[in-house]
Amino acid sequence: MSAVAAFFNPTRQTRVLPGFGLSIGYTLVYLSLLVLIPLSAVFLKSAELSLAQFWDVVTAPRVVASYKLSFGASLLAAAINAVFGLALAWALVRYRFPGKKLIDALVDLPFALPTAVAGIALTALYAGNGWVGSLLEPLGIKVAFTPLGVLVALVFIGVPFVVRTVQPILEDLETELEEAAASLGAHRWTTFRRVILPILTPALLTGFALAFARAVGEYGSVIFIAGNMPMVSEITPLMIITKLEQYDYVGATAIAVVMLVLSFVLLLVINLLQAWSAKATGRNR
Amino acid sequence: MNTRSLTLRSLLAAAIASLSFGAAAQSTLLNASYDVSRELYKDVNPAFGAAWKAKTGKDVTVNQSHGGSSKQAMSVAAGLEADVVTMNQSTDIDILVERGGLVAADWRDRYPHQATPYTTTSVFLVRKGNPKNIKDWADLARPGLGVIVPNPKTSGNGRYTWLAAWGSVKAQGGSDADAQAFVSKVFANVPVLDGGGRGATTTFTQRDVGDVLVTFENEAALIARELGADKFEVVYPSISIDASAPVAVVESVAAKRGTAAEARAYLDFLFSEDGQRIIAKHYFRPRSEKVLAEFADRFPPIKTFKVEELLGPWKEVHPKHFADGGLYDKTVVNR
Repeated sequence: MSAVAAFFNPTRQTRVLPGFGLSIGYTLVYLSLLVLIPLSAVFLKSAELSLAQFWDVVTAPRVVASYKLSFGASLLAAAINAVFGLALAWALVRYRFPGKKLIDALVDLPFALPTAVAGIALTALYAGNGWVGSLLEPLGIKVAFTPLGVLVALVFIGVPFVVRTVQPILEDLETELEEAAASLGAHRWTTFRRVILPILTPALLTGFALAFARAVGEYGSVIFIAGNMPMVSEITPLMIITKLEQYDYVGATAIAVVMLVLSFVLLLVINLLQAWSAKATGRNR
Repeated sequence: MNTRSLTLRSLLAAAIASLSFGAAAQSTLLNASYDVSRELYKDVNPAFGAAWKAKTGKDVTVNQSHGGSSKQAMSVAAGLEADVVTMNQSTDIDILVERGGLVAADWRDRYPHQATPYTTTSVFLVRKGNPKNIKDWADLARPGLGVIVPNPKTSGNGRYTWLAAWGSVKAQGGSDADAQAFVSKVFANVPVLDGGGRGATTTFTQRDVGDVLVTFENEAALIARELGADKFEVVYPSISIDASAPVAVVESVAAKRGTAAEARAYLDFLFSEDGQRIIAKHYFRPRSEKVLAEFADRFPPIKTFKVEELLGPWKEVHPKHFADGGLYDKTVVNR
């Protein structure tokens, strides 16, 4: 009760920083206008269906196959990015080499590039007659127009998230910690595993979550490389577009609701993991 | 101080007056159209502008908005202020009648040929020399062939391809079951489903995927004659579908913007001889017999069927084949 009162009447409590009322008010209005109201419209629209109809729409075999691909490939892509994004951030922070500034700038390109351009470029590269595709095809590996192509596109768009979240933490990391570990007899691998990695884990998880969230909603780049075969390489956003093409707004929002709920639950789990790991390492972020 | 602000104010007023005057003399139209008509209207618009100027002495600029046919219809339904819509299937204009009467219910009767200034049909594009010897629809069902078609769920071109294959069986007296058996064999040969006609063209021509591309005649002819005369050739099947492109004035928008006269004249221009000639230049089959004769070498005679005549009214055909759980879904999910 008193917490609620304090929330609505913050002046009663003296704070060190001014502007609590203003900033929380701004936050609520901003989030409502941009996030909450549009999202609740999605839920309201989907409520035009009866529960049985809703269930039929969201559990149709094609739609279920698309969840598996969208969420599976997104999680896998985020995991790949967590590993290689960490390596990239490590190289950029810890070593000095020519062209470092250039590589640093390159990392952000997937943010800026229109995703359709990325999709077309990746497809051209990985198709059977492309530079990379022509090398892989004789080995029996087909990338473009298969679920593997979807993964490639999702890895591409997710790269910056992990690098950019891990990089500042790595930069702040005192080398004294590693020196202390080394002087106490830890091997380099042990130092990495027991000293550095625990400190980076919360940032890595944040990067993972961001890359995952971005990948689940991605449409533009994937659509070119996926091949879009029913039951095989259709992503969930395509199922939504397909419904819209039939002027089936309600069906489209029903699938969107499932995507939102699934994404929300997964992001919540990742955030809990992050909070837990932050606590475990004594960093209260 | 006072005089200065006064001059400032009068200057501002003059500026505003001249702006609104400029807007009155120069009217604009927005044409919401489908994807591959981009090049066609790029030529039509200035020609119409010149014709309108010659007739009325007024300037008119036509702006274009392109996208998937159904997506464009949705945008207009949602409030995109297009004065005219030029689509590739009539269901995309019908939806504008249903959604708040943006288009007159009798739009088909307002212009000749059911308000379709041109038509095209689904044909085959094969690699030079036709190495797989693809002659007719039946060949597409051969096992091991790669058939590239746009996605019927997201593209009008893809829907026409599906219905053309279906109709090729029905036209020979086959039953619905025969037709379904045939198209499921054809679609079992499809390795990639691109979102639209252009995407399928890129997959076939640039990525070297597949042995045959089924697409609209204008798209196939453009590639075979202008982009890759040494790499591709067009094959005309024994029968195909009549894909007429419907046009309509968005009455509510034109009335609101005061552009009804220009909008009507714009669509009239499409049916005029000059308009028809531009249409033929872009490999769309013109309605005018005279212009068709002028460009006879571009348009070999082909037997076509109309969806309404062979398969039933669009209102029934569309949901039966393409709605969720419809014939197309059943075929591709169980393949």
